[in-house]
Amino acid sequence: MKVMAQMAMVMNLDKCIGCHTCSVTCKQAWTNRSGTEYVWFNNVETRPGLGYPRTYEDQEKWQGGWELTKRGRMKLKGGGRLKNLMTIFSNPKLPSINEYYEPWTYDYSTLTDAPAQEHTPVARPKSLISGKDLKIEWSANWDDDLGGSTATAHLDPMLAKIADKVKFEFEQTFMFYLPRICEHCLNPSCAASCPSGAIYKRAEDGIVLVDQDRCRGWRKCVSGCPYKKVYFNHRTGKAEKCTFCFPRIEVGLPTVCAETCVGRLRYIGLMLYDADKVLEAASTTDDQGLYEAQRDVFLDPSDPEVIREAEKAGIARNWIDAAQRSPVYALINTYKVALPLHPEYRTMPMVWYIPPLSPVVEVVAETGEDAENKGNLFAAIDALRIPVEYLAELFTAGDVGPVDAVLRKLAAMRCYLRDINLGRDPDASIPAAVGMSEEDMYDMYRLLAIAKYDERYVIPPAHAEQAHALEELSTECSVSEYGGGQHDLFGEGSGVPTPIAVENFQMLQDRQTSDSLSGPENKSGRVNLLNWDGKGSPPGMFPPKDADS
Amino acid sequence: MSEFLFVVVPYLCLATFVVGHLWRYRYDKFGWTTRSSQLYENRLLRIGSPLFHFGLLGVVGGHIIGLLVPESWTDAVGISERMYHVVAVVGGLLAGLMTVAGMAILIYRRRTVGPVFSATTVMDKVMYAFLAVVIVLGMWNTIAGSILTIGGEYDYREGVSVWYRSFLAFNPDATLMAAAPLGFQLHALVAFGLFALWPFTRLVHVFSAPLGYLTRPYIVYRSRDDSRLGSHRPRRGWDRTG
Repeated sequence: MKVMAQMAMVMNLDKCIGCHTCSVTCKQAWTNRSGTEYVWFNNVETRPGLGYPRTYEDQEKWQGGWELTKRGRMKLKGGGRLKNLMTIFSNPKLPSINEYYEPWTYDYSTLTDAPAQEHTPVARPKSLISGKDLKIEWSANWDDDLGGSTATAHLDPMLAKIADKVKFEFEQTFMFYLPRICEHCLNPSCAASCPSGAIYKRAEDGIVLVDQDRCRGWRKCVSGCPYKKVYFNHRTGKAEKCTFCFPRIEVGLPTVCAETCVGRLRYIGLMLYDADKVLEAASTTDDQGLYEAQRDVFLDPSDPEVIREAEKAGIARNWIDAAQRSPVYALINTYKVALPLHPEYRTMPMVWYIPPLSPVVEVVAETGEDAENKGNLFAAIDALRIPVEYLAELFTAGDVGPVDAVLRKLAAMRCYLRDINLGRDPDASIPAAVGMSEEDMYDMYRLLAIAKYDERYVIPPAHAEQAHALEELSTECSVSEYGGGQHDLFGEGSGVPTPIAVENFQMLQDRQTSDSLSGPENKSGRVNLLNWDGKGSPPGMFPPKDADS
Repeated sequence: MSEFLFVVVPYLCLATFVVGHLWRYRYDKFGWTTRSSQLYENRLLRIGSPLFHFGLLGVVGGHIIGLLVPESWTDAVGISERMYHVVAVVGGLLAGLMTVAGMAILIYRRRTVGPVFSATTVMDKVMYAFLAVVIVLGMWNTIAGSILTIGGEYDYREGVSVWYRSFLAFNPDATLMAAAPLGFQLHALVAFGLFALWPFTRLVHVFSAPLGYLTRPYIVYRSRDDSRLGSHRPRRGWDRTG
């Protein structure tokens, strides 16, 4: 047994309202630069829909992820090592910019510079790639909320797997949102495809990163990733991907997407897993067995033997504690309500999803029946085969069994808790019907519905013994002493670059976790507005008032 | 004059090539990339780029054999002059034509496809000029020198190649080069110019040919680099004590 720790996420799709706040804040934090205009480390897709980039899930076309050879060995779907190198000069499976969208801006100056004239001046869209006028025909969320889906939804690769006859009715009755970030897989095919070895999995927390100094722009990771979550920065010529906000995670803060999620639907925590069993699990013959196989790779952090092995592997005690309290572990293994996205790609993804019950509830409510009645909901889950089959295509390689079980648990929780809310006697038969105890059901409800910040995000800071050194403004030499900021300059180019890490995030963590209004002390003049959360006005934000004015 | 052209200039270029690469690798790893434009345009690239690159691999292989393997060695293993000549010309012609065709497609693409052209730097244009001239001169030497024998027979294996090896051995003999036809002289000079430019262009990606990929494990694990606290290293003189 080789115990490794993995930072993982679970998203509760029932709570996603499709507001795109996660995408926007992520973009502001990481990809609002030239060359990454089209790059969305986090995006929210309406399903059914084409996804981003368009039809990325069609692996017969894009050849991402892994496949089993006839002899049961793992092989990159895009081809083995030699083929990979032979196609290096022109990647045959690289999505073109049109599969994403051609980024644009508007010619705003015509609005302000136009002379007085009869007709209102118009700001024309200009391509950020060619600089020319652009006819906008597609974008990251063109089919948001099923917009235009009558024209495009039939191209959804997952919908294509379901029988034709039901499509039309389906589109009218069923829709949900799927927020996606990098899966930080246990068996990442992007890393395996990288000729330079620039993509690596961090041994401490399993975060998959691109070493920008080693990447040579071969673009093999883009086609290797079945989720299409590695992007090519067309200005720098380097691959970039979701970083799981590692500078924040290192100081115990959740990712930006999770922090800013309006619906509070994201959970972050540690998973301990047995690295020796990953390959074997990923090689499971039956696609539909991959979900269970991956769950078997995870280790129970309360098992004394696992704890002993984890300590032997150098995992700090506070990390093991965090793994025991991990909401992600609870949702995946204790309550078994979270499912992996596309396990059939065999990358062992580590961002899991609780499938949405709401489409089913809505259908029941529309019929005028009681949508919180166990009988009605269970019957609806049975009757509405199409949504369930669609979810199964996403989360279990088409096996409706696990999806069915999850939806039943969610439905049972709804019914059971309604009795409690209305002051009636709780009905023990409801949890029993889905194989849960009353206590478990209530705990699951607490975690899904009212868990607070520190229950949703159980993130041990990176190596407590290093925390002091990580904090650059402690007793080590401070930033200004490293290189000396040029204090006489101001604006974007002044001083040394602010380190992305540590002190900003430590400050932010203090502010996030304190009950009172707080500001950074002894840091007047060094306010990072990106971190300002609107609480009060930190010292240094405005020039000091003159004593006599 | 020939001393200057075929001794001083080549060594200056070689020094720039070596030191330039060291400098670039030390200070600009982030800029060390192919700067692929495939995202902008794929149709032409899919034909042009493999043609050019595979052709060029052949050309480079041919140069290695032609320049570095002395005639006495091939004689010793019993390869006749005639046989060597035929193989060299046929192989060289094939690889050369692939390279030229690929290059023509790529230059056409770079000039006519808007996004690709606007992503082209001044350095790229200079480099393209040198590269194109070197390749065209090389083709001219193959066709005019070895096939049509314009200006008489010239066995580069007894002239240019010997000079090149003497150059690499730091015992250069400029007279050999001075006696070579003009086409060979120009080809060599422009090529050295290209070598001098090399470290400052996107051509550096040649030295990251990912051969290690064939042998390394698929998944790379790395620990956090503890020597880097924050996003930049401590400056020199601020080494950590603990």
